[in-house]
Amino acid sequence: MVKAIHQSIRARFRLDWPGFVLDVDLALPGRGVTALFGPSGSGKTTVLRCMAGLERARGSLTVNGVTWQDATTFLPTHRRPLGYVFQEASLFPHLSAQGNLEYGLRRVPAAARRVSLEQAVALLGIGHLLDRSPDRLSGGERQRVAIARALALSPGLLLMDEPLAALDARRKEEILPYLERLHDELEIPVLYVTHAADEVAHLADHLVVLDEGRAVATGPLTETLARLDPPIRLGEEAGVVLDALVAERDERWHLIRVDFDGGHFWARDSGHDPGQRVRVRVLARDVSIALQPGENTSILNALPAVVEAVTDEAHPASALVRLRLGASPLLARLTRRSVHALELAPGKPVFAQVKAVALVG
Amino acid sequence: MGFSDADLAAIWLTLRLATVTTVLLLVIGTPLAWWLARTRSWLKGPVGAVVALPLVLPPTVLGFYLLVTLGPNGPVGQLTQALGLGLLPFTFWGLVVASVLYSMPFVVQPLQNAFEAIGERMLEAAATLRAAPLDAFFSVAVPLARPGFVTASILGFAHTVGEFGVVLMIGGNIPNETRVVSVQIYDHVEALEYTQAHSLSAAMLVFSFLVLLALYTFNPTRRKA
Repeated sequence: MVKAIHQSIRARFRLDWPGFVLDVDLALPGRGVTALFGPSGSGKTTVLRCMAGLERARGSLTVNGVTWQDATTFLPTHRRPLGYVFQEASLFPHLSAQGNLEYGLRRVPAAARRVSLEQAVALLGIGHLLDRSPDRLSGGERQRVAIARALALSPGLLLMDEPLAALDARRKEEILPYLERLHDELEIPVLYVTHAADEVAHLADHLVVLDEGRAVATGPLTETLARLDPPIRLGEEAGVVLDALVAERDERWHLIRVDFDGGHFWARDSGHDPGQRVRVRVLARDVSIALQPGENTSILNALPAVVEAVTDEAHPASALVRLRLGASPLLARLTRRSVHALELAPGKPVFAQVKAVALVG
Repeated sequence: MGFSDADLAAIWLTLRLATVTTVLLLVIGTPLAWWLARTRSWLKGPVGAVVALPLVLPPTVLGFYLLVTLGPNGPVGQLTQALGLGLLPFTFWGLVVASVLYSMPFVVQPLQNAFEAIGERMLEAAATLRAAPLDAFFSVAVPLARPGFVTASILGFAHTVGEFGVVLMIGGNIPNETRVVSVQIYDHVEALEYTQAHSLSAAMLVFSFLVLLALYTFNPTRRKA
């Protein structure tokens, strides 16, 4: 248990600003990626700034056993062993990319360096950009340099404030793989602020949902995404993310089978090899429910499941149903008429028909 | 276009005065401009106004009050006497004090603008990269404000070279001590030595033009991060 206490982040912040109150009490895992998710104005960036000491809130903050802030302590930002990636890269324009990387590295005592400059450069693929000035880099390249700059500090905690939000879709696609590598190859705990559900699906292990300055849901990704109370307002992006294993490839039809705890899906061949771990994202709008296994249907994936909960959605016509397949949850968006016609209620055995699954990460 | 020994002495004195004044102004003006650029104190307005006063005051008014304050019965005068420094009016260092005040806005305002243009984000980034505030000031703020420092130095120097009214009020007309070029020109004209006046005036005109040309040509425009 002692280890568990040391391997965690405990943050309590309270801020009273005109028109905005932040009041959070978070217990977060000291490893993996935790997404702070919420609409703009929900306070997610403010939480991150409080953690960095850029904003001075009342409260306390302990990171892996070290107190950064409490009633009597307030470590200034430059004495907190963190890395911070801003929404805009915020590189120093008077230094080259290399100069930017070295700026932080030079200020970290040699004994505290665990990530080498070469490692950070290789991980973000910026070796060919090092002698460029920031104004000669594209937006995506700038952000990669900024991430490497933060990594080169060997931070005990990496704070990322919507690092992809200022980039267009193509640049996003360019950086996401690097962030996934970060996630897979480094042991550094990451707090990742975003309002984009697909970034959460790609990167997060743990999820904190913020709304109007409060944490309305917090927990492991899969279960938190599947919560109906309070519902996470994702609209069209409502759905779950499941951990799965690529099990077999059907060469003829270009499909792969992925096994998860509760069944398997057939998905379009994404190039993953059997034995690889993947994340499978299933959107609620792609799941329908039948009482009998379908015959003469085009749907490949029909899995036995049990209804766990039903809730109405914002639109009076639609409802969200949470199903349980083995250990895994699934969300289905139905019309309320269908819920009524099928007499769906907790405990009822059904078949989940999944039209599309996406392999992410 | 020949200069007499007196002319050369005046030129040398002027350059010395402007150099000492500019160096002192950078030392005093940098922290003052930094504070003005970043403070949220109510004192920002009043202090900013006091710094800008020489822009609108007749030099004679500034000179008059300096004379009174630094004179034998003024508070600063009594202090300098008590410290064994004697009296400042009609000395080189009296001119330096007057010039520092008179040229203050020409140094502080460009620096303040340059510091304000850096923005909070760069300093926050420096803090997240382990730079303590003073470290961040020298490693981020000063390099980014370089155009401001160039402008401030040039304007402070040039404005000190060009002053006349304050010099007459507080420095008088003592060779090698307070007789700067502008006063020397005045003397030449008084004595109807138009040729000599012409030489010095032309030199001033060319100097001023070259300084401003350098300022507008070489000062790099700020690039966005």
